[in-house]
Amino acid sequence: MSKVIFSSLSLAALVAFGATWLPDKPVSNRSSLVERGRYLVEAMACSDCHTPWHMGPQGPEPDASRGLSGHPEGMKLPAAPDLGAGPWLMSVAATNTAWSGPWGVSFTANLTPDDETGIGKWTEDNFIAALRTGKHLGVGRPILPPMPWPAFAKLTDEDLRAMFAYLKSEPAIKNRVPEPLAPRN
Amino acid sequence: MQLRVRDRWPIVLLALAACEPVAMLEPVQRLSETGLYADIATHRVASDVIAFEPQYPLWSDGASKRRWIRLPAGSSIDASDPNAWIFPVGTQLWKEFAFETRVETRYLEKREDGTWLRVSYAWDADQRDARIVPASGLCNAAQSTSGLPYDIPSRTDCASCHAQGDGVLGFSSLQLSADRDPLALHATRSAASELNLATLVKRGLVVGLQSELLQTPPRIQAANPRERAVLGYLHANCGTCHSGSGLLSGLDLKLSVNAGSSDLSAIDTTVDRPSRYRPADWPHDPIVRVQPGSPAASTLLARMSTRFPAAQMPPIGTHCVDVEALALIESWIRDDLAVRESEPRTEL
Repeated sequence: MSKVIFSSLSLAALVAFGATWLPDKPVSNRSSLVERGRYLVEAMACSDCHTPWHMGPQGPEPDASRGLSGHPEGMKLPAAPDLGAGPWLMSVAATNTAWSGPWGVSFTANLTPDDETGIGKWTEDNFIAALRTGKHLGVGRPILPPMPWPAFAKLTDEDLRAMFAYLKSEPAIKNRVPEPLAPRN
Repeated sequence: MQLRVRDRWPIVLLALAACEPVAMLEPVQRLSETGLYADIATHRVASDVIAFEPQYPLWSDGASKRRWIRLPAGSSIDASDPNAWIFPVGTQLWKEFAFETRVETRYLEKREDGTWLRVSYAWDADQRDARIVPASGLCNAAQSTSGLPYDIPSRTDCASCHAQGDGVLGFSSLQLSADRDPLALHATRSAASELNLATLVKRGLVVGLQSELLQTPPRIQAANPRERAVLGYLHANCGTCHSGSGLLSGLDLKLSVNAGSSDLSAIDTTVDRPSRYRPADWPHDPIVRVQPGSPAASTLLARMSTRFPAAQMPPIGTHCVDVEALALIESWIRDDLAVRESEPRTEL
């Protein structure tokens, strides 16, 4: 599978750019909470990494059948390229769901509400704490790059609640994302 | 609220340790100002602080530790719930970490609003005082006995462990039982370890403790002495987060032990229980937390055995695998649990 080399700043810029457009408006009920969450999730480009990309008729595009389900469980990848010393830091699989860098290899998480493989058993508190602290479930292992959680940490509790409500409202997709891989050395 | 342009730039994708400072009252800048020492230059502690020693210490890469507590005059700890003591406003606790010389002293103080001030002080090279550590912590503050870097944790990391209950660890019914575990790993015996439930109650520092816990000091109910030490180690090193409640309640994993009961949750929620952690190319099926008779097939041990940040347990506070604990728990899984599996379960 072909790979694309990204600058780490491209994703950060994308997220930050999206964040500036977000109006601060109150959320009155469940339905509007979910809609607000959809708006935030789409504007902040969650799907860019958490939905696998494939080649469509117009070129690379998110695979809608796997929306937000993270790195595909059955996908076998060769070892990530060794970039050696130099300014190039990271490489990413064409799905945009597997990233290699100094931290090892990380695979984007399943954000659908599947109980066993996604965020089905997460509570709202878990979600908010995870994005505030950069720790899995809000208290566990570090959330690895390139997840730009420091940007999301700046959102209000209400916005984070809305995002969680939207994610929980989406169809559950069973997809057990692989554990991260340690760096070669 | 909109994000401002200048807020965008600090988005750092590789910021594994990036943390927001915890809102807090102004802490004092030097350890000498906290009231621990009568004379910090000679390390003579104040006469009204009380040294203590939990029977099951937390592993911190081999650091030697000392601990003290001070309660405001006339106040006491409410121990009505033996597993959730409530400390009076103004309670102060200190914990010193040393590798031959003092490295840091962590400090807790309970505020009027019931929250805790949590800061750490890094000792000066001349050991005559310690200075406050920034909220983001201090990497590479020292070398541990294994030669690996020793980091002073961020205040966010402090909160990771101290968020349970009233936020105090190591000063509890089980940890201060007079019926101390002779096989507890890394435990030291000193005058501080003489402080126990009975002396605390006698001095009026603890009130409301069930009389049963005074008559029969709490003890982990286990099948044998080794299992008792294992459960104690898991309680102190894992059970703070894996308490069966709080943010990790959804994991259905409880490694803490409730004092005054036959609490075998650490066995019930691990042995033959499916593991959510499923490393690539794991050669055993099914993947379980603890497989009786087979340490190699137990993901609990796999996570204790690594220091890859995305997999290690505990996730913070250590760069060095606790080999003594691994050996103890391997023996328990390989020998004790295999026997337990082959025998009918009896109430202990």
